[in-house]
Amino acid sequence: MAVLTRARPRAGRRHAGGVHNRDGWWAAFFLAPQVVALVVFLVFPLGFAVVLAFMRWDGLGRKEWAGLDNFAAQLSNPDFGLAVWNTVKLAVLTVPVGLGLALLIAVALNNVRGSSFYRVLYFMPVVTSSVAVALMWQIILAGDENGVLNTSLRRWFGLNPPDWLGDTGWVIVAIAVVTIWSSLGLNVVIFLAGLQTIPPQIVEAARMDGAGSLRIFRSVTLPLLSPTIFFSTVVAVISSFQAFDQIYVLVRPEDNEGARTIVYQVYELGFKDFEFGMSSAAALILLVLTLLVTLVQFAAQKRLVHYDS
Amino acid sequence: MRLRQAALHAALTAGGLAMVFPFAWMLLTSFKGVRQMLNAPLDWLPHPWRWQNYPDALAAMPFGTAYWNSFYIAALNVTLTLLTSAMAAYAFARIRFRGSGVLFVVFLATQMVPAQVTVVPLYLMLARFGWIDSHLSLILPSVANPFAVFLLRQFIRAVPVELEEAARIDGAGRWRCFWNVVLPNIRPGLGALGIIAFLASWNSFFFPLIFLNSPELATVPLLLSQFSGQHTAVDYGLILAGSAIAVVPTLIAFLIGQKKIINSMAASGLGGR
Repeated sequence: MAVLTRARPRAGRRHAGGVHNRDGWWAAFFLAPQVVALVVFLVFPLGFAVVLAFMRWDGLGRKEWAGLDNFAAQLSNPDFGLAVWNTVKLAVLTVPVGLGLALLIAVALNNVRGSSFYRVLYFMPVVTSSVAVALMWQIILAGDENGVLNTSLRRWFGLNPPDWLGDTGWVIVAIAVVTIWSSLGLNVVIFLAGLQTIPPQIVEAARMDGAGSLRIFRSVTLPLLSPTIFFSTVVAVISSFQAFDQIYVLVRPEDNEGARTIVYQVYELGFKDFEFGMSSAAALILLVLTLLVTLVQFAAQKRLVHYDS
Repeated sequence: MRLRQAALHAALTAGGLAMVFPFAWMLLTSFKGVRQMLNAPLDWLPHPWRWQNYPDALAAMPFGTAYWNSFYIAALNVTLTLLTSAMAAYAFARIRFRGSGVLFVVFLATQMVPAQVTVVPLYLMLARFGWIDSHLSLILPSVANPFAVFLLRQFIRAVPVELEEAARIDGAGRWRCFWNVVLPNIRPGLGALGIIAFLASWNSFFFPLIFLNSPELATVPLLLSQFSGQHTAVDYGLILAGSAIAVVPTLIAFLIGQKKIINSMAASGLGGR
């Protein structure tokens, strides 16, 4: 771990053997494979997506200039509005709860002996295929007799629970639960690694000054961990915006409108309706939304995140 | 102190059970027949144990082929990713060239673009190449990996420059410095990245779903999704036998290499810091 986390930042400033006149060629040689792959598979498709978003095209007929029509059509489409709303709801449901739980568990793990056993348990879902995860949860959450959750709630507690996957309101909560469950372990080990870089002397010093556990957590642990929390928050928001696998397998959103997200909208427009222009417009709106939310987070970090220097 | 330890262990165990329960329920259900699912869905243990679900699942879907497909796609993808990103990382960490800083920022910026934004144009382009319904569509596009370059650059910067200078004095060229001096010194980084890239490829679902059509080309997650689509809500025992076939070998591999795998993923989450 020490090797993984502590790079020597100064070492890279010096360049082996000083400047050589053929360095430009060597740089080009070493960079070429990645640069070519990036340009062909990422930069070019991104540019193409921008062009397509302003076109009407089903992939076969002639391409027609559509101006802002695709964007206007999407923004006034109730399906798309619903998709944006559901995407935001999913992020609001998963990110704070998921990261909060992960932080609690990481702090607990940092204070017990034998934490590596728990680490393995919590990490199992992370390495498991999202499709299998969704199938495992389907049988737990199913509304009929097969759903072990609802059948137990009915038989043992006499409750009348909603059909988690069939109900348009509850389905996003069900998706959030599955998403939190499957990514919890990753956030736990990231926070745990962050906690382990906090020097014990600082915690000890605070304790000598009479600080209790809660006070130490609030005034020492949280500030020192805040860069890691910030990084995880940015990643968690982006990945909740991109959630697709678990939604697609758990509930086909064409069966339950409550599960329709922007990404599903992009998928359906592109690969079911073959409306390539519309699909690209929806995708670009997602990109802009992602960038805006990330920018807001970076602005907020200036006030909330503590960097020691 | 004792009490606190006990309370923490109790809470962590409760959470651990919540993590294990879906796996356990999957395994138990995979041995249940349709009749038990209808009559006694809450009984933990299968009665009778229906082992036949496993041969049935294997007969219904070509899991063997899917395993081989997933494995060789992931292996090729990892090899290409490691080689090309280590090369690029070496250039950024060790070679002085004009525009190096700007290019690096551009690299990092491309990381922000979600796959779903480029998927339609990528599909159209791969169709033009004739790569749709071919494994090339899964192996090559994901080689473009700015995060891998960033991660390995951190590792290369931690290798003492003196090692390379000594090799150069002995007459080694750039390539030999890279291959014989730098690469052996960043083995932990290559290992971590290899694990991350392998898991990403092994579990990826979005691209296979869109780029592949033929059943014999399917990867494990894609096959599982098609399998469940054909048997929806009819025979959960059979579907979960299929899930177990997909999940259990991965879990065993994880348990064997858990320490390395978890540390690698944790390091990636910290951005290689």
